[in-house]
Amino acid sequence: MPVLAGLTSAPWVLAVTEGDLAAARAQMGFSLAWHIVVACLGVGMPALTLIAEWYGIRTGDPAYRLLARRWARAMGVLFAVGAVSGTILSFELGLLWPGLMGRFGQVIGLPFALEGIAFFIEAIFLGIYLYAWDRLPPRRHLLTGVPIVVAGVASAFFVVCANAWMNQPRGYTLRDGKVVDVDPWAAMLNPASPPQTVHMILAAFMVASFLTASVYAVALLKGRRDAYHKAGFIIPFTLGAVVAPFQIVVGDWAARFLADFQPTKLAAMEGVFTTGSHVPLTLGGVASGDRLRYGLEIPNGLSLLVGYHPSTVVQGLDKVPRGQWPPVTGVHWAFDLMVAVGLFLLALGVCLLVAWWRGRRKGVALLDRRGARLFLALAVVAGPASVVALESGWCVTELGRQPWIVWGVMSVRDAVNPAPGLMAGLWLVLVVYAAMTVATVYVLRRLAKGPAVPRAPQEEDVERYPVV
Amino acid sequence: MLANTAVAVMWVGLTCYALFGGADFGAGVWDLLAGGSRRGRARRGLIEHSIGPVWEANHVWLIFVIVLLWSAFSPVFAAVMSTLYLPLTFAALGIIARGAAFAFRKASTELWQQRLFGACFALSSVLTPFFLGTVAGAVASGRVPPGIAGGDVITSWWNPTSVLGGVLSVLACAHLAAVYLCADADREGEAVPASDFARRAVVSGVASGAVACAGIAVLHADAPELFHGLTHRALPLVVVGAVAGLGGLLLLYRRRYVLARLAAASAVAALLWAWGAAQYPAMLVGGVTVADAASDGAVLTACLIALAVGAVLLVPSLWLLYSTFQQGTSRAGGRRPRPPAPPASS
Repeated sequence: MPVLAGLTSAPWVLAVTEGDLAAARAQMGFSLAWHIVVACLGVGMPALTLIAEWYGIRTGDPAYRLLARRWARAMGVLFAVGAVSGTILSFELGLLWPGLMGRFGQVIGLPFALEGIAFFIEAIFLGIYLYAWDRLPPRRHLLTGVPIVVAGVASAFFVVCANAWMNQPRGYTLRDGKVVDVDPWAAMLNPASPPQTVHMILAAFMVASFLTASVYAVALLKGRRDAYHKAGFIIPFTLGAVVAPFQIVVGDWAARFLADFQPTKLAAMEGVFTTGSHVPLTLGGVASGDRLRYGLEIPNGLSLLVGYHPSTVVQGLDKVPRGQWPPVTGVHWAFDLMVAVGLFLLALGVCLLVAWWRGRRKGVALLDRRGARLFLALAVVAGPASVVALESGWCVTELGRQPWIVWGVMSVRDAVNPAPGLMAGLWLVLVVYAAMTVATVYVLRRLAKGPAVPRAPQEEDVERYPVV
Repeated sequence: MLANTAVAVMWVGLTCYALFGGADFGAGVWDLLAGGSRRGRARRGLIEHSIGPVWEANHVWLIFVIVLLWSAFSPVFAAVMSTLYLPLTFAALGIIARGAAFAFRKASTELWQQRLFGACFALSSVLTPFFLGTVAGAVASGRVPPGIAGGDVITSWWNPTSVLGGVLSVLACAHLAAVYLCADADREGEAVPASDFARRAVVSGVASGAVACAGIAVLHADAPELFHGLTHRALPLVVVGAVAGLGGLLLLYRRRYVLARLAAASAVAALLWAWGAAQYPAMLVGGVTVADAASDGAVLTACLIALAVGAVLLVPSLWLLYSTFQQGTSRAGGRRPRPPAPPASS
């Protein structure tokens, strides 16, 4: 149907074209994938900044306070783009998926209302924290940062609860196509909420930590081995390394949860087509027909992981009609990639621990040891790698739910806005986001390269802060 | 009862967004009209200092309204968003451009960057309230039918009432911002004389009034149901709005800037509530009432309780935010007690 015919005469025939559905999915996926990185930095960076500020106040070491200053500046920029790109998502839920929101908006309303409150608190205290640096005594200023961390974690929790509901819809009854008997608390605290939220929050801290650390790893490699750059590397890298092992355990929990509650997704993640016992763990490979080819198989691996015994039965894709399969190769590769990066980050953390332990015994300072260059080079890679893990993990949970928008209840096709022209909207959004990406990276690089920060962040008329 | 409470709370949120977020957009309008980069530097500095610490918190009111609309009145949310996806997409992109460019401008040091980001910030500050205003006009004139994407893609928001809504909302935002900035400029010192913004406040206030008067004829012809509501049930609120608006201008003239803030805010709030009162109980004119669209009682209760608990946290926090930046020196910057005050900006 020509788009213009639809524009001039209403009501037109509301037929969703393949192109528009693809455009809507692409737009939602793209803007989510963009937001999730900034959102993770928004959750994790305040904690890093507070640690640096607290340590700076405690020891009086200006390097730490300077770090806090600089991170706060970056945080100001990141929080702004995070706030607006998050707002767009709430628009897009209605603009692109009115079928979902019209019917189920009320069911997932509560977590979003709570998220709104948490975000409000975050925004309020961020304003105070960033702009009142020179107005409050140091300790009280430090305290104003605490609500940012708490509210950031809380809003991540609430918003992922809403996403978890799409995987495990609960708390309502469908009667003649109408939603009745809504229990908003049961909807919010659905079975997928605990593993998904914990996995996401830990991921946010890992991404923020490893990304920040990789910036300073670059500086250290370039030979700027002063206290400032060392602290800028050690604080975030240590936090990331501490979180990594917990994340592996939580990831395992999340996968085990899927085996019980959403077996189709696990089947797509692991490329299991046929239900059975003694299921191997397949790494890589390409789905073709009814099996995964060219992958590296570990005999009984998946059965062992799911139930600790080779005879554990793992459900395959054959349990659901072919039309309800997620895109297997994409989900499987995304999953393998996420796990690979997760193990790499864990290994780096262990390296740091060993280096610290041995350095302590021999009295050699950390990062001055032999092999430090290789370690730092890997730490540089760890930042972008953690983002890759984040994005692929998000792909696993979102693509793994397809073709459903609400698992087993509503397909994405039934939820999409039937109005014409979604493709044009996608292009417009891509252009705006491309410009915003370029500008964000440029501004952050300028902030990183700029001279030491002599004034309170964002303030131009304050000269007398005792940092430099 | 629950549904009415929910719609009232939502309207309170919308009012707050108009009064706080709207003023931030209006400040962007004045940033656009501040003059060349040398001449407008002081004014832009004041604007930046004034909205810097607060705009993100003010912006959250919009999210509050959207989330409450979809939680409490899901079918209305779906109908509005799907039919009006064009102006809402433009508004969304404007929100991105405004917020991001504002933060970027603050973080950049070179003139060409400040110009580029500044232009982006200022232009989107005009376009965003315009498109949000057209959405209000579309809803108020009954051009959003129930169901999904039931209205016309273009004429639902490109029509006399919507254009009126768009223009009026830009002017009202500009007026609010100018009035608020008078008091900031007054406190801030000599860099920007308060009369500078007082003049702008009067011009934008008179323009808003003129457009509103002309709007009477537009609504009479284009949105008879809204017109009837405004001239009957909502008439007292319309009168309050008009009186407050005029009173605000008088207070500006007499340099009572803090009181003028109150009057201007009351005028805008009264007009918003007049619209609500005129349209009530219809949510989508001619189709869906508040009771029709309301969510399950359990959802409304849970959301309202959550918001009540949230308010206990939010009200003191907001008070802390505004008082931190309004006290003694100013909301704008500088910790030194004045007078005499140093220049506001670099």
